[in-house]
Amino acid sequence: MKIKITTKELKSDFAEEVKKRSGIDVKKCYQCGKCTAGCPVAYEMDYMPNQIIRFVQLGLKHEALTSRTIWLCASCITCTTRCPKEVMIAELMDVLREMSLEEGLANPLEKNITTFHEAFLNSVKNHGRISEIGMIQEYKMKRPKTVLQDLLVGPQMLSKGKLSFLPHNIKGKDAIKRIFEKCK
Amino acid sequence: MGKKIGVFVCHCGTNISATVDVEKVAEEAKKNNPGVAYTTTYKYMCSDPGQKLLRDKIKEEGLDGVVVAACSPKMHEHTFRNAAVKTGLNPYHVEISNLREQCSWVHPDKPTGTEKSIDLVRMMTEKTRKDRSLTPIKVPVTKRALVIGGGIAGIQAALDIADGGHEVIMVEREASIGGHMAQLSETFPTLDCSQCIMTPKMVELAQHDNIKLYTWSEIEAVDGYIGNFDVKIRKKARSVDLDLCTGCSSCWQVCPCKKIKSEFDMGLGNRTAIYIPFPQAIPSKPVIDRENCILFKDARKKNIPPNDSKVCRKCIDACPIAPVKAIDYSQEDEIVTEKVGAIIVATGFKELDDTSMYGEYGGGKYKDVITGLQFERLASASGPTEGMIKRPSDGKEPEIVVFIQCVGSRDPAKGCSYCSKTCCMYTAKHTMLYKHKVHDGHAFVFYIDIRCAGKDYEEFSQRAIEEEGATYLRGRVSRIYKKGDKLVVLGADTLTGSVVEIEADMVVLASAMKAQDDAEKFAQKLSIQYNKDKFFSEMHPKLKPVESSSAAILLAGTCQGPKDIPETVAQAGAAASKVLALLSADELEREPVVAKVDRLPPPVFSTCIGCFYCQRVCPYGAIEEEDIKARDGSVIKTVARVNEGLCQGCGLCAATCRSKSVELAGFNDEQVYAEINSVEFN
Amino acid sequence: MQIEERKKIGYYPGCAITMGSSSEEYGTSVLRVSEEIGPELEEIHDWNCCGASSAHATNHKLSTALSIRNISLAEQSGYKEILAPCPMCSQRLIISQKDVADDEELKKDVEDAIEMPCDGDVKIINYLELIKNYCMDEIAEKKKKAPKDLKIASYYGCLLLRPPKVLKFDDPENPTSMEEIVEATGATSVDWELKTNCCGGGFTLSRTDVVLKLTNDILECAADAGADAIAVACPMCHANLDMRQKKIGKEYKRKYDIPIVYISELIGLALDLGPISLGLNKHFIDTKSVVNAFA
Repeated sequence: MKIKITTKELKSDFAEEVKKRSGIDVKKCYQCGKCTAGCPVAYEMDYMPNQIIRFVQLGLKHEALTSRTIWLCASCITCTTRCPKEVMIAELMDVLREMSLEEGLANPLEKNITTFHEAFLNSVKNHGRISEIGMIQEYKMKRPKTVLQDLLVGPQMLSKGKLSFLPHNIKGKDAIKRIFEKCK
Repeated sequence: MGKKIGVFVCHCGTNISATVDVEKVAEEAKKNNPGVAYTTTYKYMCSDPGQKLLRDKIKEEGLDGVVVAACSPKMHEHTFRNAAVKTGLNPYHVEISNLREQCSWVHPDKPTGTEKSIDLVRMMTEKTRKDRSLTPIKVPVTKRALVIGGGIAGIQAALDIADGGHEVIMVEREASIGGHMAQLSETFPTLDCSQCIMTPKMVELAQHDNIKLYTWSEIEAVDGYIGNFDVKIRKKARSVDLDLCTGCSSCWQVCPCKKIKSEFDMGLGNRTAIYIPFPQAIPSKPVIDRENCILFKDARKKNIPPNDSKVCRKCIDACPIAPVKAIDYSQEDEIVTEKVGAIIVATGFKELDDTSMYGEYGGGKYKDVITGLQFERLASASGPTEGMIKRPSDGKEPEIVVFIQCVGSRDPAKGCSYCSKTCCMYTAKHTMLYKHKVHDGHAFVFYIDIRCAGKDYEEFSQRAIEEEGATYLRGRVSRIYKKGDKLVVLGADTLTGSVVEIEADMVVLASAMKAQDDAEKFAQKLSIQYNKDKFFSEMHPKLKPVESSSAAILLAGTCQGPKDIPETVAQAGAAASKVLALLSADELEREPVVAKVDRLPPPVFSTCIGCFYCQRVCPYGAIEEEDIKARDGSVIKTVARVNEGLCQGCGLCAATCRSKSVELAGFNDEQVYAEINSVEFN
Repeated sequence: MQIEERKKIGYYPGCAITMGSSSEEYGTSVLRVSEEIGPELEEIHDWNCCGASSAHATNHKLSTALSIRNISLAEQSGYKEILAPCPMCSQRLIISQKDVADDEELKKDVEDAIEMPCDGDVKIINYLELIKNYCMDEIAEKKKKAPKDLKIASYYGCLLLRPPKVLKFDDPENPTSMEEIVEATGATSVDWELKTNCCGGGFTLSRTDVVLKLTNDILECAADAGADAIAVACPMCHANLDMRQKKIGKEYKRKYDIPIVYISELIGLALDLGPISLGLNKHFIDTKSVVNAFA
């Protein structure tokens, strides 16, 4: 990674912003690395979890919000559980993801993951609950390279009755749409 | 009242004069105040010329009361009171008005600061009018010292005091002195064999004419005060007569209970029921572990006296002493009393027991995950494996050993935020000891920082890396679990930004140095203060590192906080020097700023109603109960009495007393009300 | 517990285990078992998706609102407790409940978005809690079949236990609730190391490679510990370990044949309820060996 840290980054209020949105104070982190050590997905990440916190500590907003790491985080919360300084690392990842989307900085290499979230939430918005078939269809349309994946699983699930074709709409469907509107 | 008070207002360089108009303060002090006979200002009152000015003016102006308006009384109250003494004026007519910490340093606006200073000076002037002469309290001194704890701290302190010519009583609760230092194999930074450097001191102590040693004994109660302590010691039943026993070892060699986990070997080795804890034990005379001895277990089960049990009598039969055997099953605890003038607390530490706290490291269920002290026992030539590094589970030599620093330290989530100070050094040492014995072995250390600040310490830790080839990885370990007969260690290296997975044969946790389990209870027994981590509190972290909160009770060693052997020995010497100073006088003088419960003529005797709320709030245990008796010996009433020796003048009793029967000398009600009433409230 | 004293608990199945969904056998078996030994469960009327990972990962307010709507619905129906067998749902509901309790402004925004008030007094419990609080005696009494030598590895996953300060359920490093229930059915628990490891959860479609690696670690550890089957209480863990087991085996060159059973299915077998009525025929990895152990 090629990162240059200058006074501009060091004086930024990125950490303050994060603290205001989440209540998490990254100053408490003393970079012991225990979060990284226990992270099940760290092996696939471009930056280690402790490095993401370091980015926040030092005002490296761009590096944090464009990382693949924040998307690869599985929210298993092992890090928060074991952190000796009680920093809520998994919850911090949530905030960084939200900020990343707001600023259009989501890393394109993890488009599968961001698209999945989109498809999932669209299904909830439209029906109030997940229509698995509908969600999978939208996901595969937007990520055509995944069309062949799990090709055999679908029919198997259908034959066992574990996939319904028609979505179930809840009565409060419109109320759900309004929730989505209000939480934009 | 005819008092002639002098007011000396200090500039304190510009510390006060920058935000307070000191000239105006001096001027106003005299206005409308007939009691003030003289006022002046000076740049630095605490300087030699400043003090001379004070002495000269007291004499010239015939002052019988002085207010020095300057910095905090904590700084120079003594200085100015001593100056007054030289002129013959009783020092308790000298008061300090704090214009610096309480005013000039916190109020940037000069007019406001000046107004406040004028008020502060007037308050002190009014108080000074009510001052009475006080004389220091004199108490006698018993010229003997008590050292509680027989580890290196206690041993050093005892030797220093004994060599200084005074008698020392030492009380150690284990069967032998030596403490944790005796368990160590080699010590940093020299790699001296711990027992080799310690045993000469232990022998010196045992043979010293001035030292009386109680082992297998505990402190039952401490009463009294500075120079005059009454200590009750419980000599626990050893089941062995120390005067008759010669330490011949015939008894423990025949004891049939051979599988009791040895505390000295941290559970890695076994001992017998009648035993000495280690070969170099002093005294080298055994003790019977009545919990596990089959004779005592039998006696308890059948509810018969121990001597009546016939289950096993191997040790007493083997004892060669005649006509009376040295072993005595009927021995009971004995309470003895000793009188001493000063006490040193050197009760040491306990290593963190990881069982419940670190579930992610196995919570104690993996035999090959051991603590720092357990590794010391493995490495020790007199240990359970005769100094060979072997896995506790199968006795195999480990090829890969992972050392984890900061286990239980620097971990607020687990309730322990402090650094245990010694682990970085002893971990480096452990890697070296391991490599010396297992030449082809691999040592990996997971660390957050490397704290090696002492003399020759940095070089020592670098030697572990550069010469002995230990690999240091920067990151904590998140999890340890078993895979086959290996232990998988999941750690991190933040320097390369990676996860590190090591399949280790053994893991050594650098476990935190904690306060003893009964530290809180013990501190309460002695009425000394302790902090949230249950380490005993020193009076001032920089300037009074060995004094406890109670007069004449000193602290030495790890009971005051984590530290290594050099610091422990230095602290022990410091504590000993304080004791020698205390014992060098025939009488000790104490500040007379103490509380007093009033005494009046009969039939009142005292306005005290005997509610003893004061006793409840006193942090120093200085309130006693006094029976006022009639001529025939019957008790008329029980009232409170302040023990002047213990009282530290905090004033809590005076504030708490519901009947206004307690007053604090130098801060009595008259004086305090005078101060308050002198302030004009707008 | 007598039938007269049964109290109704609000039942929140969530999208994954409701009828017609990919993990419906969990829902089926939960309801079948509750018919037999209680307590009485009543589905919360018109519940909505809790938002799962996708909501909390991208929009905190939305995630909170979606969950709180369900709690509010439950409150309005007078339930004192909500059972959410799916740990994603139970975790989101509990966290959202705490978040609005701690943040006045968030509470206002959420109540405004869902157009309903929410006092947050309802207690949310997971399936293991339900069994431990209400059914242990019933299982002991009504147990009909004891399996011969059935070794079960209890797999908890993430969401039942973490974050421990909020969920306050069992020991996050060494939990034992599921093992207690397994032992109550007569099966034997095996001691194994990875029972609280993550299976990869919601990455099952988007990063299947990650799920395969993590689930392989879990299957390998359970198999090496001698487990005949793995018990789970989470539909996501089930899907990853069951539906993908053949693919994991192919990828990591080791043939696994370990049935993955829901803890509710295990209880049902012990009570001698028909395997089909419990949904045991819907698994990808054949559950015959487990069913036969109880025969």
